[in-house]
Amino acid sequence: MEIDKNQLLRFTTAGSVDDGKSTLIGRLLYDSKAIFEDQLEAIENTSRKKGHEGVDLALFTDGLRDEREQGITIDVAYRYFTTPKRKFIIADTPGHIQYTRNMVTGASTANAALILIDARHGVIEQTKRHAFIASLLQIPHIIVCINKMDLVDYSEEVYENIINQFEEFSSKLYVKDIQFLPISALDGDNVVNRSTNMDWYKGAPLLYTLETMHISSDINKIDARFPVQTVLRPQREGFIDYRGYAGRVASGIFRPGDEVVILPSGFTSTIKSIDTMDGSLEEVFAPMSVTITLKDDIDISRGDMIVKENNQPKPLQEFDAMLCWFNNSPARPRAKYTIVHTSNEQKAMIKEVVYKIDINTYAREEQDKELKMNDIARISIRTTRPLMVDEYRDNRLTGSFVLIDDATHETVAAGMIV
Amino acid sequence: MSKYYLNYLDELESEAIYILREVWAQFQNPVILFSGGKDSILVTHLAKKAFYPSKIPFPLLHVDTGHNFPETIQFRDDLIKELGVQLIVGSVQESIDTGRVAEEKGKNATRNALQITTLLDAIENNKIDCAIGGGRRDEEKARAKERFFSHRDDFGQWDPKNQRPELWNLLNGKHFEGEHFRAFPISNWTEMDVWNYIKREDIKIPSLYLAHQREVVWRNDSWIPVSEFLKLEENEKIETKKIRFRTLGDITITGGIESEANTLEKIVAEVAAMKQTERGNRSDDKRSETAMEDRKRQGYF
Ligand SMILES: Nc1nc2c(ncn2[C@@H]2O[C@H](COP(=O)(O)OP(=O)(O)O)[C@@H](O)[C@H]2O)c(=O)[nH]1
Ligand SMILES: [Mg+2]
Repeated sequence: MEIDKNQLLRFTTAGSVDDGKSTLIGRLLYDSKAIFEDQLEAIENTSRKKGHEGVDLALFTDGLRDEREQGITIDVAYRYFTTPKRKFIIADTPGHIQYTRNMVTGASTANAALILIDARHGVIEQTKRHAFIASLLQIPHIIVCINKMDLVDYSEEVYENIINQFEEFSSKLYVKDIQFLPISALDGDNVVNRSTNMDWYKGAPLLYTLETMHISSDINKIDARFPVQTVLRPQREGFIDYRGYAGRVASGIFRPGDEVVILPSGFTSTIKSIDTMDGSLEEVFAPMSVTITLKDDIDISRGDMIVKENNQPKPLQEFDAMLCWFNNSPARPRAKYTIVHTSNEQKAMIKEVVYKIDINTYAREEQDKELKMNDIARISIRTTRPLMVDEYRDNRLTGSFVLIDDATHETVAAGMIV
Repeated sequence: MSKYYLNYLDELESEAIYILREVWAQFQNPVILFSGGKDSILVTHLAKKAFYPSKIPFPLLHVDTGHNFPETIQFRDDLIKELGVQLIVGSVQESIDTGRVAEEKGKNATRNALQITTLLDAIENNKIDCAIGGGRRDEEKARAKERFFSHRDDFGQWDPKNQRPELWNLLNGKHFEGEHFRAFPISNWTEMDVWNYIKREDIKIPSLYLAHQREVVWRNDSWIPVSEFLKLEENEKIETKKIRFRTLGDITITGGIESEANTLEKIVAEVAAMKQTERGNRSDDKRSETAMEDRKRQGYF
């Protein structure tokens, strides 16, 4: 079947409250026929109870009880739809500043970000924040949707003005690919179908853009990194001496016969085979889950990383990172946390807050050093042992980490190594 | 296009295998929650792949409502034998007999809510620190917010407003004594993905999923199978229909749909054309709009 070639595309939505995120997602699902009759019926009932006329498509994504009662999105909600060309995973995240951490979470795995702007209001503080987060998390593609065009008479001038406002500040950000689209989520203009109200817009509608976006080239195929998750020793007939290193390729390409180095020990060996239950493979790449066997018997365990001799991550015990603080209780100066980086875990201490960033204005704040919930800062961190790191810009998986508070076991921060 | 990309089913498979291996690495005593339904069969299949050539390194836990399709139990026992893994059974009947729970009364009585106690007891008695489930985010709106690693407090409860963030592929399974986790490796799969994958991999499933002749009763907008547990209401009459089930659960509340789909190919085609969600046929979710969230908060699957 044709479908077997289809890729998965993960995207996140950002916008401030009432810009129409939930409506847009509801519209995408509705027009691509991903909403079932019983779901629609439930939404119709709720809409009627609340006194809305027609169906409020936003209700489809606003899942939890409190959210439906307050009419806002407070967590990340995941939604799915499939077209003949692709499968999509949407991370619908709330827009308020107090949910910055939710946006960061949704952005961490996204191939693309949709940033919504209300055409009546143009670029506002929040737009800058959302663009900042998208660039901080290195989402490769940004689509700026200028929504509610129906409320500005589908005016090309309004649209062009907003693009200019956006480009004024986005030039300071590092983003690979930005596109703009005039839409009406409520009526469906340029969402799945081309708008008949905006002949001046020559580009494709949103869904087509998402379906055809080039994402295979976003994968890092250069730096071979294989964090070992667990060691498989079946010790059963046929596999008595089998010792396989199970994990998921983080980046790069591995083949049997490759000369590899095991970090942190530095031992070298050659890949004997790359196994799966369906047979051995001649070539593997991210994000494949496989099991690697080596020609030599070396002591390897969870947390180690298999890499290639001529291209290695840096073993660092002290480095700088952009950190987003997630927890209600602020960071404690010089307190110890557990740092989780790939499959490796160490203790770590935040040595210094270099500066905090005002994510609305991009201004650096060097006086106030307290890291509170939703703050984003550049920090220096020190770990008990070296971690095998890459810069986040080069490698989203070997350049990222989270901090866990040992007293509560909560994930309190997420970091991107610079 | 570059050859270095995975199709979506391979990517979902790889993600699930990654999560299963993280469970094994981060927990002392995990189990797979096995209901006999296609989602838990899929999770079990993925676990086979995750640990090959080793056996699945943890037991399967079946919470038995006592209201089973006989086919489900047969299927479960055959699978256990084939895998060579341990089976733990938590019995709702036993929870009733020992007074841990009381049977619901009335027309729409089910053992659905009772399973929560049996499950939590089984988790506590067997010192299970992670129960791997086949829950999918597309099933239901409260499930849409689930994490891959979902924390439960020492009362087994879920606090959806205070969940640990999951970034990149970093999963945090740290917990205190008495607390446990639920892990959901197929969170990102839809019903369609599950069927496409079952077909692709030719995974064995109970015959109940395929269209077959069965005695049924029309109740709550679906065909409820006749069984020793079914009490006929006035005006209800037994009919023989060609039906199949989209989900399998407690036989007293799992409704079938009329269907001619008796092969995996036909099921995939039928699911693609479906207009109702699969849980639309389950009366447990029809009780209120937040029925699932309320049950999940208490410790449900
Ligand atoms: N006129 C108009 N209203 C819209 C459009 N998109 C969304 N809305 C309305 O804007 C309000 C907020 O939408 P919602 O999707 O909940 O925004 P969110 O907070 O970003 O999720 C709702 O009343 C929507 O009906 C649009 O394109 N045109
Ligand atoms: Mg919303």
